[in-house]
Parts: sequence; C-alpha cells; structure tokens
Amino acid sequence: MIEVEHLTKRYGDTVAVEDISFRVERGEILGFLGPNGAGKTTTMRILTGYLPATAGTVRVAGFDVAEQSLEARRRIGYLPEQPPLYPEMTVTGYLDFVARIKGVPAAERRSRVDAAIAMTHLGEYRHELIKRLSRGYRQRVGLAQALVHDPEVVILDEPTVGLDPKQIIEVRHLIKKLRGSHTVILSTHILPEVSMTCDRVIIINKGRIAAVDTPANLTAQLRGGNLVWLELRGDRNGLEQTLRQIAGVRKVSVETLPDGGRMRVAVETEPGSDLRSRIVAAVVGRGWELYELRAVSLTLEEIFLRLTTEETEDTTRASEARA
Amino acid sequence: MRRFLQGVFAIYRKEMGQSLVSPVAYVVLGMFLLIGGLFYYTILTFYMERSLAAGMQAMQFGTPPEVDVPSMTINSLFGVLGQVALFLLPMVTMGVYAEERRRGTIELLMTSPVTDLQIVLGKYLASFSLFLILLLPTLAYHGVLFWKSDPRPPLGILLSGYLGLLLLGGAFLALGSFISSLTESQLIAAVVTFCVALVLWIVDIAGPGAGTTTGELFQYLSVLRHYEDFARGVVDTTSLVFFGSWIALGLFLTLRSLDSMRWRRA
Ligand SMILES: Nc1ncnc2c1ncn2[C@@H]1O[C@H](COP(=O)(O)OP(=O)(O)OP(=O)(O)O)[C@@H](O)[C@H]1O
Ligand SMILES: [Mg+2]
Repeated sequence: MIEVEHLTKRYGDTVAVEDISFRVERGEILGFLGPNGAGKTTTMRILTGYLPATAGTVRVAGFDVAEQSLEARRRIGYLPEQPPLYPEMTVTGYLDFVARIKGVPAAERRSRVDAAIAMTHLGEYRHELIKRLSRGYRQRVGLAQALVHDPEVVILDEPTVGLDPKQIIEVRHLIKKLRGSHTVILSTHILPEVSMTCDRVIIINKGRIAAVDTPANLTAQLRGGNLVWLELRGDRNGLEQTLRQIAGVRKVSVETLPDGGRMRVAVETEPGSDLRSRIVAAVVGRGWELYELRAVSLTLEEIFLRLTTEETEDTTRASEARA
Repeated sequence: MRRFLQGVFAIYRKEMGQSLVSPVAYVVLGMFLLIGGLFYYTILTFYMERSLAAGMQAMQFGTPPEVDVPSMTINSLFGVLGQVALFLLPMVTMGVYAEERRRGTIELLMTSPVTDLQIVLGKYLASFSLFLILLLPTLAYHGVLFWKSDPRPPLGILLSGYLGLLLLGGAFLALGSFISSLTESQLIAAVVTFCVALVLWIVDIAGPGAGTTTGELFQYLSVLRHYEDFARGVVDTTSLVFFGSWIALGLFLTLRSLDSMRWRRA
C-alpha cells in the first residue's frame, strides 16, 4: 500500500532523512518510533505530498506522491504534528469543509461527518466552536479530520500528544479498530503505544532506520538475554570476578552507591537462562550482604534507547536503573 | 471540470464563512461605511453650495450656471471610494494566506486533493465577494442622487465609475493575496500591501514629467490615472488591459508563491 524507496530529504545542509526504504502492507499499522529530530515528521510530510523529497520515490496506493500527487492525496488522511484547525469554526462546520476539499460526494458528506464525530467521541461538542475546546478535544477533531473521507491510508503524526490517559486509551482503541480496513502509519515517542497498537515498528534515528520488526520480535531479538539486578555490600574486585565465573553470565557492571560500600550490580545473562539462584549462592558463599535481587527483561524502552543512543556506561545504567 | 469547481467552491465557502464571523470584516465594513458616508456628505454639500453660489452669480451677471453638480459629485465620490479601498482592502487580504501559514492549516490545504489553482481562485473570489458587499451600501448614495437631483446624473459615469472601482479593488486584492502568501504575519502583509499599493497609486508624481520614456512608463503605472479615467466616465482599453493584467499577474504570483512554499521549506 505504501512503498518508500531510498528516500532522502535535505534541508540545506542538514540531512533530515537519509536513504530510507520500507513498505507497508494493506491493513497494517506501522509505528514510527524515534527521538526528537529523528525525521519522523519529515518522512510523513513527504508521504502526504506536503514536502518534496530530495531523492527517492514514495508510492501510496500505487500512486507516486510527486508525479500523481492528487490521486495519492485523495487516498490519504493526515493528522499533522500541529492539528490544522480553524478555531472560529464549529466542529461540524470544520469537518464538513474538510470533507468537501477531500472530495467526498455531497450525498455522503453528512453521514461521513457524523461517522467521524462518532468515531472520535465528539458528539457532545459537535456544535461547539473549536476555539472553545480543550487541547485534547482539539486533537480529536484533528483525528476526525483525518478520517472524515474514509481514506485508505491514514497518517498520524503523534496522535496521542496532549491527551489525558483515558483519552489516550480511547485513541489507541480507535487506531486498533482501523486495522484491516485502513493502512495506518503513526509516529510517537511513547513506546508502550507502539507495542500496544502497531503490527510493525520502524525505529528511526538521525534520519536512518535503526530497526524494523514486530514489537514482539524486536523485544525478543534485542533482549539478547536477561538482566539480573542486585544490590549488595561486598568487595568490588572480587565481586566482578566471582560473578563472571558463573556460566551464562555475559556482562557485569558495577556501580558504587554513595552510602559507603553498597553496590548496585547489573548482570547480563544468556537468553533463556535463569541464573538467579546461582548468583545468590555465589554472593552468599563469599559472605557478602545481599539486599535486593531482581530479574528484569528489557522493555521496548531500553531497546529503543540502546538503538538510538550511543552506548555509554551512563545511559546503560540510567535505563537499567529506571527498569 | 465539475470537480474543479467543487474544490474552488469549497474553499470559497470556507473563506466566506470565516469572514462573516471575523471581527476584521465588520471593522472594515464599518469604516468603509463611515468614511464613505462622511465624504459623500461633505462632497455633496460642497457642490451644492458651489452651485448655489454659481446660480446666484448667474442671476446677477446673466451667465448660465456651468456646474454639473451630480456628475461632479459622482466623480469626486469615486475618487474618495478609490482611496478608501486603498486603505481598507489590505485588511481584507492580510490574513488570506498568512493566517493559514501561521496556524499550520496550509498543511491541510496542501495535502488535500485540491490544486493550488483551486485554492487561489477560491480565496480570491471570496475576497472579491467581500469587496462587493462593502460596495453595496454605496449604491444608496447614488440612489439619493438619482432620486433627488435635477438634472439626473449621467448613468454612463456611474457605470464606468463602478467598473473602475471593481477593477481597482480586484487589483488591490490580487496584490494583497500575493503579499499575504509571502509571510506568516497578517500585520506585515497589511502594511506591505498598503505601501506597495500607495506607491503604485501615486507613482506618476515620483517619476520625471511626461515626455521622456520613463515618464511615460511611470504615468502608465500610476493606478490613479487609470482609475480617474473611469471615474470621469471614460472607459479606455489601455486601462482595462492595465487592471486586467495586474490582476492576472497578482494571481499568477500567488500561485508561484504557493508552489515555491513547498520548495522553500526544502
Ligand atoms: N523546515 C525545516 N528546515 C530546516 N530543517 C528542518 C526543517 N524541518 C525539520 N528540520 C530538521 O530535520 C530534522 C528532522 O526533523 P523532524 O521534524 O522530521 O523530526 P521528528 O522526528 O518529527 O522530531 P519530533 O519527535 O521532535 O517531532 C531535524 O534535525 C530538524 O531540525
Ligand atoms: Mg515530529
């Protein structure tokens, strides 16, 4: 449904997107994950025909977005990063206008507007001026706008920004309902969002694709083992040595805590192994005091950080500490 | 074709709807009415006094009254309306594109299946319609003249005057739309449009006197000259071409500007 080939975008000297290629199948929900400035918005703007690409081709529903722009645009619903709203219009008035410029036939307009309002739970506010709506409700109007012409392809740039937790759940629910009938690309920084709603994730960093996979595979593949996290008091050098001797341990990193002598230790182990009892045995065998032991499997968040940040001790530890 | 017009109409309809709820439109209308009415009154009383004086002179010295009050009133009134348009129309067009750019709604328009031409036409026709609405009340002034004055004012002057005013307004609107498409600030759009329009209005004063080639050029570029012809009842092809090509150029430049907006962001 969407084919992106060798897409590159430069703003002057800045390379925003560099040689990106990917495909999205009909009915699939693809998540675009990346830190600020990764190139998510830029890619989406090229997909929707708002920006021209510097190099590469993009086809949406078989139409080249540069060459057959109108045909492609007719099939796309797009929620930009900043919802494109006219504050002085009412919700219905606005959606009616969008339906018109999207080319919805007059006979279907009313029912399409009503459907979009129902999907985004805006019924109560349909006659309200957009400027009187709260941020979250405006975001919903933005979503309704992207869906009002029932497009084959829906492109959502950070659809859940500014929503409260309840609304976030509703929007994710709504997006999930589009699976199968619509092809969806959404961008986000929020990791659980991707694992909850998307069939596939593209992790994009500094304009390049860092990884593409299903959320489950990505977690499994990159987990590369489990993490056991302990807090103890003992002798630092001996500790590392002792732990490394246990079969199945890959990596040990030690951090001394401020309150004299206590250490926080992260032990990375081979996948599929559970070394907790052996670690405990080793630590206690040396007569050290064990305060805490916890097994952690890497969350998508850590994978994301690993893929998108240079692996320094600090960041690794920061992410481990957060887990 | 049908699809094309539907797109133009969708934009047009939205623009009109926005104008009708926008305080700017009402301020402009109010000021137009106020200033127009004030000058109409001043002009009318001025010429009435002059014609009274002339009438008295005629009684004393036996020469026939040479003042055609209705024609002169109409002539002066169009002069004033042109100037009011010069001041107010930049406010009609200032937000047309600048506001869409500022709010980011231009991203909606430019990713929808409407062409730049449809957008430009829809918006231009809407601003022109607003101008027509502004002009409606001025019909009343002329109505009064027709109803009360003797001799009747010549209809020709009235028609050519309105034609001139429409062309003038159309030209200012095209200019203003183009300038609005260059910025995100309504204020800048209004000020720059006003300054450019003002320069074009009086450019013949700045130029060297008639006779030299540059002088001729400056005279040709002077909006006031072309407009005055219409207000005097002279419909000149040169002037028609002048305003017509100005409008076409303005719309063309707006189109180019929308197109280059995609590339400039690049
Ligand atoms: N109009 C522009 N002119 C110049 N550089 C730009 C422009 N738009 C974006 N960039 C640059 O391109 C890069 C990618 O930006 P983009 O907005 O696509 O990132 P993003 O992934 O959407 O980030 P965020 O998560 O903050 O929304 C950034 O380095 C940004 O500074
Ligand atoms: Mg972005």
